[in-house]
Amino acid sequence: MFDGQKLILRDIPNLHLIDVYINNGGYETARKAFSMKPDEVTNEVKKSGLRGRGGAAFPTGLKWTFMPKGNDKTKYLCVNGDESEPGSFKDRQIFEFNPHQLIEGILISGYAMGINAAYIYIRGEYHRWINILQTAIDEAYAQGYIGAGMREKFNNNYSIDIHIHKGAGAYICGEETSQMNSIEGRRGYPRVKPPFPAQAGLWGMPTTVNNVETIATVVPILQMGGEAYSKIGAQGHSGTLLYGVSGHINKPGVYELPTGTLLTEIIYDICGGVRNNKKIKAVIPGGSSMPPLRGDEIDDVRMDEESLKKIGTHIGTGGIMVMDEDTDIVKITLRIAHFYHHESCGQCTPCREGCGWMEKILKRIASGNGSSKDLDLLVSICNNIEGNTVCALGDAAAWPVRGFVTKFRDEFEQAISKNKSFIAPNVVHGKRKTASNLVFER
Amino acid sequence: MEIAFNAQELERVNKIKDHYPTEQAALMPVLWLAQRTFGWISPDVMQYVADLLHLPFAQVEGVATFYTMYFKKPMGKYHVQVCTNVSCMLMDGDSIYHHVSKKYGLKNMETTSDGKFSLEEVECMGACGGAPVVVINEDYYELSSIESIDKLLESLN
Ligand SMILES: Cc1cc2nc3c(=O)[nH]c(=O)nc-3n(C[C@H](O)[C@H](O)[C@H](O)COP(=O)(O)O)c2cc1C
Ligand code: SF4
Ligand code: FES
Repeated sequence: MFDGQKLILRDIPNLHLIDVYINNGGYETARKAFSMKPDEVTNEVKKSGLRGRGGAAFPTGLKWTFMPKGNDKTKYLCVNGDESEPGSFKDRQIFEFNPHQLIEGILISGYAMGINAAYIYIRGEYHRWINILQTAIDEAYAQGYIGAGMREKFNNNYSIDIHIHKGAGAYICGEETSQMNSIEGRRGYPRVKPPFPAQAGLWGMPTTVNNVETIATVVPILQMGGEAYSKIGAQGHSGTLLYGVSGHINKPGVYELPTGTLLTEIIYDICGGVRNNKKIKAVIPGGSSMPPLRGDEIDDVRMDEESLKKIGTHIGTGGIMVMDEDTDIVKITLRIAHFYHHESCGQCTPCREGCGWMEKILKRIASGNGSSKDLDLLVSICNNIEGNTVCALGDAAAWPVRGFVTKFRDEFEQAISKNKSFIAPNVVHGKRKTASNLVFER
Repeated sequence: MEIAFNAQELERVNKIKDHYPTEQAALMPVLWLAQRTFGWISPDVMQYVADLLHLPFAQVEGVATFYTMYFKKPMGKYHVQVCTNVSCMLMDGDSIYHHVSKKYGLKNMETTSDGKFSLEEVECMGACGGAPVVVINEDYYELSSIESIDKLLESLN
């Protein structure tokens, strides 16, 4: 059972050094996996209930079974560390504090799918973390844990090479097919699916794309067994998650906790409550693409995909953004719309035009020149984008805008109203409880 | 300035190519190397890289212009990137941006006349827990403030 122990951000000093990692059982799980049949490894991952940590919470084991079997074809693993979804800053912690677990996860995942080459895609801004990971990769190569040396090291005929591909500033390259174009040296335009990556991905070959955290999680799963892992956290979405908490919060940061942890527990007990003891107006639960929750909706909300889906939002990347009672919701919505407009690759009309249109309308509203028709218009634009685009960036743009406009309609009405004495009723979460045993550093 | 890699850099290009099954895939890392070497990706640099990797100019240009981190004009010695996305905005990142903008008289993607500072309003830098975030060249400065950034910028020479 889960005893509060961390499986990814383990509390071991200098774990990024290969010797420290090895002294703490590092690379032994890969050895164990290599003694199993590839299908048995995939089966453990299936049993574990692991779901992707990159945003869509897709079952990882199931995804792996889409790959053709056998070793006759070149196949690729693409490890997604683009981490550009606003509010997300967790994969960076893995690069910095536990890079070898990511590498070991790649060995195991690659073995399960019969893959001999992996590309880790890391956003270009992460120069420093790319260097840390590259050092770890170099060390692992030097000691025979990656590449040709593996055969001797693990006394097995499996080997895999690991490469880092550095992005150059494009949110869209987090989308899996865009990412493959980017690795191939092209502009990062998403591809039309089908064919799916498992059929024709990188250089037309079968490819699996998984998030960095997903791959790092494969190690504890194989270590403890899928069954044991599936008992951690919430049913239907098991395990621990790296929750990144930011915004108006006393102790922002990345926290590894079981899925299904109460949102209020994360905010008040673990993160020390809201800055200046303010009330909460809104919370985005999983990165800026996810529909927001209103302050008065956060009680009893559990942070796992199944629970969040029931209330109309998603776990996304686990990036929790907390906004206090003084937050200007119109301004935030405009900022979000600006982001998606800026990042839209422009390939499909509903996304390109829709995002531009939304930003324009929101600008108008924010500057006091909006009309009440604008609000319905915004919602209808969102409805027109959703589901009508090549990639999910369209949805990612529509969800938060529609969420804010419908849930905080009063605030938008106020921004539009010529009657400046009109004050929007402030719906907030009034719980001011903060754990007494916490010491605030800020 | 003549646009050409030295022997060491050419060696680096060969190493980069080893990571990929096609020459085209080396384009992004080679553009990174070119930016480090020549400061920015001018049309001449694009042509040089195109020749080096046996790619059409248009393809190199297409990639160089798609990705925002490849500079299409010379930037300052210190490229100041201020995040104003949601988490940073909640923590007043936009005030820092406006402050730096006013202080040096710079709009987005402009450079001071002495070439020392350039300013960019950036999207989420993946460091939201440390909001507001300012990045100077490759270094992250988290939990920053107008005062701390002022001090930092004034200490640079
Ligand atoms: C616009 C857009 C941006 C995305 N950005 C990321 C990202 O930065 N990191 C990531 O892991 N997945 C991102 N995804 C999701 C990927 O397409 C893909 O689903 C994921 O990497 C699969 O990994 P998983 O199954 O382990 O979650 C993005 C998707 C979209 C539509
Ligand atoms: S939805 Fe937007 S980002 Fe995705 S392919 Fe279409 S235009 Fe490009
Ligand atoms: S919002 Fe500024 S670093 Fe994420």
